[in-house]
This record gives sequence, C-alpha cells and structure tokens, in this order.
Amino acid sequence: MFDRRLVSNFDWVLLFTVLIVAGIGIANLFSATASWQPGGTPLYLKQMLWLSGGILIALTICLVDYRHLEYFAIHLYCLGLGLLLYVLLLGRSTMGATRWINLGFINLQPGEVIKVAIILVLARIFSKTANPFGYGLFEIWKPALLLLLPVVLILKEPDLGTAMMVIFIAVSMLLFAGLKRGTLVVLGLLGTFIAVAGWFGLHDYQRARIRTFLNPEADPLGSGYHIIQSKIAVGSGGLFGKGFIQGTQSQLSFLPERHTDFAFSVFAEEWGFAGSLVLLALYFFLIVWGLYVARRAADRFGLFLAVGVTAMIFWHIVVNLGMVIGLLPVVGVPLPFFSYGGTSMVTMMIGVGLLMNVSMRRFMF
Amino acid sequence: MALDQKWKELPAVQSRFLFYSVAAGIVFLLLLLRLWYLQIVSYEDLQARSIRNRTRVLSLDAPRGPIFDRNGVLLVDNRPSFQVSVMRQDVENRSLLFERLSPLLAMKTSELERRWQEGKRFPIYRPVPLAQDVSRKIVERVQEHSVDLPGILIEVRPVRDYLEHGSAAHLIGYLGEITEKELQSGDFNQYRAGEFVGKTALEKKYEPYLRGEKGRRLVEVDVQGKLLRQLQMEPSTPGNKIYLTIDRELQRATDEIFAEESGAAVALDVKTGEILAMVSRPTFNPALFVKGIAGDEWRALAKDDRHPLQNKVIAGQYPPGSTFKMIVALAALREGVIGTERTIDCRGDFVVGGSRYRCWKKWGHGLTNLNKALRESCDVWFYQVGLELGIDKLSKAAKEFGLGSPTGYPLAGERSGNMPSQEWKHQHYNKPWYAGETVIASIGQGFVLATPIQLAVMMAAIANNGKVLKPQVVRKIEDWEGHLLLHPEPEIVRQLDYSAADWKTVKDGLVAVVNDARGTGRVAHLDNVLVAGKTGTSQVVRRKSDEEEKLGKDGEIPYRFRPHALFVAYAPAEKPEIAVAVVVEHGQSGGRAAGPIAKRIIQRYMELKGQVPQEQKE
Repeated sequence: MFDRRLVSNFDWVLLFTVLIVAGIGIANLFSATASWQPGGTPLYLKQMLWLSGGILIALTICLVDYRHLEYFAIHLYCLGLGLLLYVLLLGRSTMGATRWINLGFINLQPGEVIKVAIILVLARIFSKTANPFGYGLFEIWKPALLLLLPVVLILKEPDLGTAMMVIFIAVSMLLFAGLKRGTLVVLGLLGTFIAVAGWFGLHDYQRARIRTFLNPEADPLGSGYHIIQSKIAVGSGGLFGKGFIQGTQSQLSFLPERHTDFAFSVFAEEWGFAGSLVLLALYFFLIVWGLYVARRAADRFGLFLAVGVTAMIFWHIVVNLGMVIGLLPVVGVPLPFFSYGGTSMVTMMIGVGLLMNVSMRRFMF
Repeated sequence: MALDQKWKELPAVQSRFLFYSVAAGIVFLLLLLRLWYLQIVSYEDLQARSIRNRTRVLSLDAPRGPIFDRNGVLLVDNRPSFQVSVMRQDVENRSLLFERLSPLLAMKTSELERRWQEGKRFPIYRPVPLAQDVSRKIVERVQEHSVDLPGILIEVRPVRDYLEHGSAAHLIGYLGEITEKELQSGDFNQYRAGEFVGKTALEKKYEPYLRGEKGRRLVEVDVQGKLLRQLQMEPSTPGNKIYLTIDRELQRATDEIFAEESGAAVALDVKTGEILAMVSRPTFNPALFVKGIAGDEWRALAKDDRHPLQNKVIAGQYPPGSTFKMIVALAALREGVIGTERTIDCRGDFVVGGSRYRCWKKWGHGLTNLNKALRESCDVWFYQVGLELGIDKLSKAAKEFGLGSPTGYPLAGERSGNMPSQEWKHQHYNKPWYAGETVIASIGQGFVLATPIQLAVMMAAIANNGKVLKPQVVRKIEDWEGHLLLHPEPEIVRQLDYSAADWKTVKDGLVAVVNDARGTGRVAHLDNVLVAGKTGTSQVVRRKSDEEEKLGKDGEIPYRFRPHALFVAYAPAEKPEIAVAVVVEHGQSGGRAAGPIAKRIIQRYMELKGQVPQEQKE
C-alpha cells in the first residue's frame, strides 16, 4: 500500500504555507502574552506543542488513503452527533451551556468534530450523486437532513459561531456540487426567511452582539468595547505598525481576548498594513492552493473533501478577520493556525492532513 | 471513475474552481480594503485614540513664590511637608494595611478608611493622602516598616512656611482651599479642587505671580489605569519672588511694642509712600490656614471682638481726634482765616448755638496762638478757628490730604473713612448742617472718621510739603532668573498748594508737640532725632445712660468705652524720612498709650538706618 510516489508527490507547498502562518502566529502569541505571566508554561510554547501535535496528526492522516476514510465518514458523523447530544444533556443537568468535554489533556468540542464529519459525509454523498444538471430541490433532502440535525443541536448549546461555520461549509460544498437554477432561488429565499425568523430566536446576548456590531459606539464600555478597542489597535498600527511587542493596545491589555479571537488585532497593530497584507496574501494563497488540490484530485470524493476543507479554512479566516476589523459581528471564531487554542489547531491540522492526503494521491489511479 | 472524470471535465464544473478562487479573492480584497481604511485612512484618528487610551497626565505642584522684606530677608517660604499616601492599585489587603498603619500614624483605622473612600473619586494612579504634614519621627517609623506596608508612600509637598508667624499676617494674607464657586468663576482654569489659593491680601492679589507653573508628568497606564512608567516630565516652575516694602526689623519692633494692646500702626517712607511697617493687633497665624483651619479655631478668630482677622491699618475707622487739628490749622492759614499770630483766649469752654463745648484742659489754656494750640492741643482755639473756616472749606482741605476716600492702598479691604460736609449731611441725613457739628469736626470728632493709613499718608504729605502719596506694599516682583516683573514707581496722587510759611508754621507746631517742655507729645521725644508729631484721643461713641451705669467703682471706664489713643509723627523733622500713624484702641490717652509706640518705631528706624552701613562693612 505504501508507494514511493506518495513521498515524491507530498504537498510541501501546503505544509510550508501552513507552517509559515503558524510560525507567525506563534511569534505573535509571544508578543501578545509578553506582558502577562499567568504562571505555568508560556502560551506560545504550548501553542508550539499543539502545532507539533497537529503536524503529527496531519501526517498520520496522510498515511491512510483518504478513500478508506470515506467508509468511516458516517461513523464519525454519528459519533459527533452523539457527543453533541451528550454535551447538551450534561450541560443542562450540570452547569448550563457547555461546549466541550474535558478529556484531561484537551477539551473535546463536539462542534469541531462535526465540522470534520460533515465535510466527510457530504463529500461522500456528493461524490456519489453529483450530476451534470445539478441537484433539484427534492434531491437534496439527505444532505439537508444531515446538516440540520447537528446545526439544531449546536444552536441549542448555544453556539452561533460553530453553527454558522457548519452551515457555511455545507453550503459551499453544495454549491460546488451544483444546484438547478430554480432550486437555488428557492433555497435563497428560504435562507433569507430563516435568517429573519432566526433573529427572533436568538439569545439576548447574541442579538446584543449584532446590534453592537451595527453601532459599536453606542455601548463603548459594554459589548461595543471589544470592537472599538480592536479597531483602535488595528488602525493605530498604520502602514508599518508599532513594532514587535510594541503594540500599546495589546501590551497594556486594552485589547481583550488578544491571544485567541483577537490575535490578528495584535498582529495588525504591531506590523501595520504591510504585515496584514503579507498575512492575508498567505491565507489567500492557502485557499487558492486548496482549490487547486481539489481540482487535481484523483476522484470526486477527494475533490469534495478538498473543497470542504478549503471552505472550512476560508470561512474561519473571513469570519474572524471580519470580526476583528469591525466588518462582522463578534462571534467567537478563531483565526486558523494563528489564534491560540489546541482544539482549533487540531481541527485545522486534521483539515490540512486531509488536503495533503488528497493532494499526494492525485496520481494513484 | 470514468463518470467522475467526465463530471469534473464539464465546463460548468471547471468554471466553479475559477469562480470560487475569484470569489475568495474578492472577499480577501474586501478585507484588505477595510484594513486600508482603518490603518491608512483612519490612522491618525485611531492612533490618537490609542495614545489617549494609554497615557495620563499627572500634575506636579509648583512651590509658591517666596515673600521677602525690602532688604531681601525671607518672610514667607515654602517648607517640605511630609504626607503619607497610599497607592490604591498596590494594596491587596486593605484592612491589614490599615491595622498596621494605625498605630504608626496614631490615627484610627476608621479615619484611614474614610480618607481611602474620599480618594476613590480620583483616578487609581493618583496617590490618596492619608496623613498630611506629619512629623519626621512618623516618617521614620513608616519607612522602617515599609516592607510591611505595600502601597504606602511618603510624598513631599511644599507648604507655606510663615517665618514671621503672625507678624505682617494682615499684609500677607492667608491661603485656603479653592471653593466650588471660585472654580466655576473661570478665573481659576488651571486649578483643581483641593488646591490652595490666596484668599486675602497679598496672597490673593498676587496669586497669578505667586502660584508658579505646574509641572506635568506624562505617564503610561494599562487598561486598569495602573501606572506603569513615566514617559515625559516637565518640572514645575516655582512662583515668582515678591519683595515687600516693609522692613522685617521695623515690623518686628512694632509688633513687640504693641504687646497686648489692640490697634494698628503703620510707617511710611515719606518720599515714596512705601509702607515700612504695618501692624494690626491682635494678629493671627496664617499657618493655621495651611492645613485647613478647624471650624472651632475659625469661629474663635472670626468672633473675637478685638477682630484679629481685620487689617485695622486700612479697615479700622477711627475718629482722628486731635491729630486732625493740623489740617484745620493748615486750611485756616491757606484760606486766610487766621494769621500765624492769631491769638484766642481759652477759658476751658466754648459756647455756640446754645451748647457748651469743653476744652480738654478744664481751666483753659489762656491766651493761645497757633503754635501753642497745636503744642498743647487746645480745643477751644480750634473750635473758634474751625467755626470761622466753615465745614466745607475744612472738608475740602481734609479731602485733599486723602481723608474720606481710599488712599489707593494696593490690596483689597481698604475703607474710606469719612469726611463730612454740608452736602454730605444733606445726602445722608437730609438735615441741615449745624454749627456745633463744625465745632466737634474741628477736633476730629463727630462724623469725621479716618483709617491709620490715611493718617499716615496725611502725615507724610505734611512732612514732604504737600505730596499726597499712594501707599505701596510691593517693592518689586522678580522671577528666578532675576527679571523684574513688577516694579511699582512712587505715585503722587496730588500735590497740595500751601505756602512755605504755612508749612513751616504748622511743622513748627508739630515739633513743639514732641519737643517743647509743655508739649502733649513729650513722650515721643528722642535725643538724637527731632520728631514732629501730634497726639489724639478720640471719644468712642456711647450713650449718656451707659456712661453713668457702667462707670466702675474706682472711676475706671469699662474697656470698650475707653477713648482710642492716637499718635501721628514724622522724623527727622528737618529732613523727614518716615511718617508714622498709631492707633491704640481704647488706649485712653494719645500721648501715653500711642506715643511710646510711635517713638519706638522711629527710634528703631533710625537704629536700623545706622546699622545698614555697618552690615555692609562686614
């Protein structure tokens, strides 16, 4: 089963791009946490450990032909659903909204499992049923059901950010698989209707976030604080930034969540527009490369897998950046390979593993 | 597999790769546009906001300008005072800290807690004062225990130090905490609540010169407002130096000679109008106001019926009594009412309009000319002359000498005294003027009121042949580089027009008062310098019924009804330099109570004058 071609076709470009972004992220993390000593291992060291673990996982995934994974897609999906249910029930009975299960070394977040599972399961379905004419409205009940089940459970937690991510990934894959024009219109109208109806189903804090996003200055000390401080941090970076560990907004703690969701603000403050441009270029390259991998994929499952993973990375980047620069409401979505956090790193590296897997087996048939 | 490939090769599917890439590119471009907007377009605004976020300005107290006497002797300085403060941000266990601090400062923990709560209205990086102006001993004790007192710091703040205590307190004035009203008035833009400003006299008038420029410390704070480091510092500029016209030695001597008596004394330079000494008794210690005077102390001062807070030199209005006679004499001479040898036979009383007016000397002075009338202060002579002169001419002459209106004393609080005329009486009482009123006005009683400063100016005008001078209190104001900021020139308000003979006649009389064997002012005689002067004893207004009732068993008049004693003088008579006016409240007799004070002032002045060259030799 092991082939020399696997090594020669190994996707170094992808791995290096990811490593460069992650490297910048760790340096940025070093700066972001330079002014506080929470005790214990410094966060940038921990993040290095997570990155190493992530690379290991990605390489391990590469060892198994992704076509074998197709078989396990449905099992993983069921496991994810089960975990979601477990968290939901446990959360209700014990401590309110809980989004993770403590495994000791890592907080397992069922939402993250579902992200990967939905990619696999939809790739499997679409690879089998995609047709030149696109799907009709009644041909997509199966993927729709597979999507809706976990989304409802995630919204119950409640975790708007993850639910949105799962929907965005699924829709991106579905659109790639193709829809009939009429179906597209109907689904578009339905989506709009759900969005409007959903506003009334939102929790108060979620609605407040959206309102704050629309007018952050109205509540500068309350929920608008994050956005205002983040905008000040980013904007005060100017063209070339304030310099490494010189960002006053981040170093003096005006910036909240600066090691996780708002890590990019720290970067933008210290490296300016020039630095941001470089980072965005790297991310854009990553997305284009992901689509390139999809295009070169040996089979339709690989193609959809690559599209799904790319969509997952893309939406995380866009939603996170949009949030920290005040284009989108504040939803707790980390920046891939950049924000501190083991869960996010592991999920994203699993995605990278899948991409590399598809990429290196492009000539296997 | 073939199906796979076929589907993928479809142009529609192939175009999706391009479409997705382009869509992603557009989204990234949008993000970049937004970054451009924030980091390039809005840069200045957001940069400014980030600076405002992290920086705070702390002000540094400027030491108040020192005050010197005319010879550069320091009168009011600033001394460092120690203040125990707490940096709230560094305190973790407040109750433990206060428990440890309480015995060291000898303060209750509840009091410390109260101050802490008060300090909460200030930003967290500003130390909260717990104990002000503490002793060195306490400072040492606190420093010894500093390890156990996290967040406690000793601050050194300049406070006013009055080296002369109460002497010249009325001239210098005192400080007080700025009031809400003052803050809102717009005149105190640079001040903040809790600061001290000049409340009276010199400290108030020259506040802009004295306050100095506050320094600034630009500090960096974190999100909790915790002070991290100093970014910039502009040191404060101390207030300017004020040199007064008074001479500390003369001031001290005047203060000492007054002892327990109430009253006022002022000495003027007859050439410049500079005030050489200025005493109002009793006095108060302005240092009381530095810490914020306690309610009881304040009430005691304000309610004391000897009025320690009033500057009697400028605000004490007294009937000038016989010291007024020289004006009557001068006016009568100028108006041609009398010649120098006009003689009147004093039989001890004088009748006009059916009323009898007594001379102070029961049996009368007999035949009296001007010189004798001044020398022995014959009332009858002046009754007659005053009556012939008429109140309006007398009033005009007196007003020219500065009576009845403020002299132009440069600081606030001066009162104008009173110089009546027919018109004045008509305006105030709507009644005609009576001849008897002219009679008593001629001896400086009745409606006539004068302040000691007016009497001194009057005396100086006689001494210098008619220059009515504006009194000066500030010799110069200098900054620390020695630049003159203010240097008042002598100001002649009016030049009076009397003939040399008139001056000589009256001056001879004044010399005789002190130097003639029968003069009423013999007590002010000095061997080495010729003094010219005039006594005065002025009735305190009282009702007839009181007079009988309150007369003590031994014939003593109760204190508050005793007449005021006055003495005005200048010296040396041949070439005058100094003019003096003294009022001893309820001093009974001008000669006995006020004369020695005037004499001592002149004597000390001459001593000091002799000393100056000596000092320079050393």
